[in-house]
Amino acid sequence: MIAKPELDRKRRNMIQTVAFTVLTLASLAAFFALALIVYIMVTKSIGALSWEFLSKMPRKGMTEGGIYPMLLGSFYLTGGALIAALPFGVASAIWLAEYAGGGVWVRGIRVGVNTLAGVPSIVFGLLGLAFFVNVLGLGASLLSGAFTLGVLILPILIRASEEALRAVPDEFREGALALGATPWCAVRTVVLPTAIPGILTGVVLSIGRAIGETAPILFTAAAIYKTRLPETLGETLTSRMMALPTHIFYMATENPRGWEAKDLQFGAGLVLLGLVLIMNLGAVTWRARVRRRKPW
Amino acid sequence: MVDTAKEGTQASTREWIRRNFGPRAIIETENLSFFYGKEQALRDVSLSIPLEGVTAIMGPSGCGKSTLLRAFNRMYELYRGARVVGRITFLGQDLLKADPVVLRRHIGMVFQRPNPFPKSVFDNVAYGPKVHGIRKRSALQGIVEESLRCAALWDEVKDRLKDSAFSLSGGQQQRLCIARALAVRPEVLLMDEPCSALDPKATDKIEATTRELAEELTVVVVTHNLQQAGRISDNVAVLLAGGELAEFGPTRAVFEDPEDGRVADYLCGRFG
Repeated sequence: MIAKPELDRKRRNMIQTVAFTVLTLASLAAFFALALIVYIMVTKSIGALSWEFLSKMPRKGMTEGGIYPMLLGSFYLTGGALIAALPFGVASAIWLAEYAGGGVWVRGIRVGVNTLAGVPSIVFGLLGLAFFVNVLGLGASLLSGAFTLGVLILPILIRASEEALRAVPDEFREGALALGATPWCAVRTVVLPTAIPGILTGVVLSIGRAIGETAPILFTAAAIYKTRLPETLGETLTSRMMALPTHIFYMATENPRGWEAKDLQFGAGLVLLGLVLIMNLGAVTWRARVRRRKPW
Repeated sequence: MVDTAKEGTQASTREWIRRNFGPRAIIETENLSFFYGKEQALRDVSLSIPLEGVTAIMGPSGCGKSTLLRAFNRMYELYRGARVVGRITFLGQDLLKADPVVLRRHIGMVFQRPNPFPKSVFDNVAYGPKVHGIRKRSALQGIVEESLRCAALWDEVKDRLKDSAFSLSGGQQQRLCIARALAVRPEVLLMDEPCSALDPKATDKIEATTRELAEELTVVVVTHNLQQAGRISDNVAVLLAGGELAEFGPTRAVFEDPEDGRVADYLCGRFG
């Protein structure tokens, strides 16, 4: 039976409206989740935020004072991870994108890289404890923590770099080779420089990832509470560090007086959140800018 | 293989080649067959590219023109499954046994679509010489200016050498690519349909440039444009579908009185 055209259209429009509303709400949910997080963090920590909070040592069992050493520790750990992982990441991306071809071994390595990206972060913590702390004998230290985080961000760096290298048009490679450049020379002088904006995007994303990770540094580098900063480079590299994510964890679970300083705890969370958001936002806008500007 | 740097200037290298190879061809192929996997792209091609003038390679699409050109500088090695059977010589030496990196300094190439590097105009032209070890700024400046003049681009870009190559028009970009190839001082310049992405005005300029270049070096140009081949080439090779060389000789003779009936059909536009 054929419905009256008028009725039919009304029904269709209604289904349309309902479906559209559901889809819109679903996509807004993600945004609201972020908004809610920011709202909670800001309202709970508003009393704690100040320049002193960022620039002073903690006092009285971390119930007063600032988070300067935790910030510093997080920067050291993340920076160290990047220094350790970036050369490996870019090198293997160059190999995968420019030299490897598509053999069985190469596919195996690619699967390995992708799997590494899916390994739970606490497992990286155990790896760091077993390998860097114990086998290599680095102890629980900045070095062990940085290396562990380095392994964690390695797949992110490889993927982003490989993608960036693959996005470089073959015309550039052909152009360089036709001038008598060796393949490595073509990569070094034309392909890699062209891919650098894309690689930097990966770097920023991996910084955002590394700075927020708790589990990998829990057994390998984190200190619960230290009252003074390390003085020499050697001491910095070989001693435990306070870091933002582990600080929040300890304040919430281990510090018996943590509840006295709820606003400080949330303040540290907000700072961490802010850093990660700035990193990700920076990476996204930078990538969009580079894409728009791309002349080929 | 001739070392251009040791031989001194472009002109004296050319003189040396003329003395020693003048009567003979600069590139010769002997029963050259070419395969992409199982597909055959060239069939027993034997031809001699003369030292002087412009040689055009023509034929319907898919006849293997570009493949033949890419055999001369071994660029086909970049493509998976490409395989060559037969013999190619360059200045009397086995080209297929040469080091492709060295070979490509002597046999330059300009591609179908302009492909300047994402660098400045200057750095594009200086790229080849730099790769080959020339570091001195003054030497590079000299080479860049000379190459840009040869490509008839100097007057248009002399005040914007530091600008991105992508700020140039399509025709200028292609002439930049010609200058970039010339900067390595090759003996042969291969051009793979250099005007197919350009408008008529830019095409005119490239054609005029090509004629002038042929005074100094050997030019081999692939084109599917009969008029263009007629305007710029001294000799023409016509390939037919299946990669068979149907005719090779002076352009005028081939155009006015082709020996092969299929070539006559092709030239009249009856197929291809």
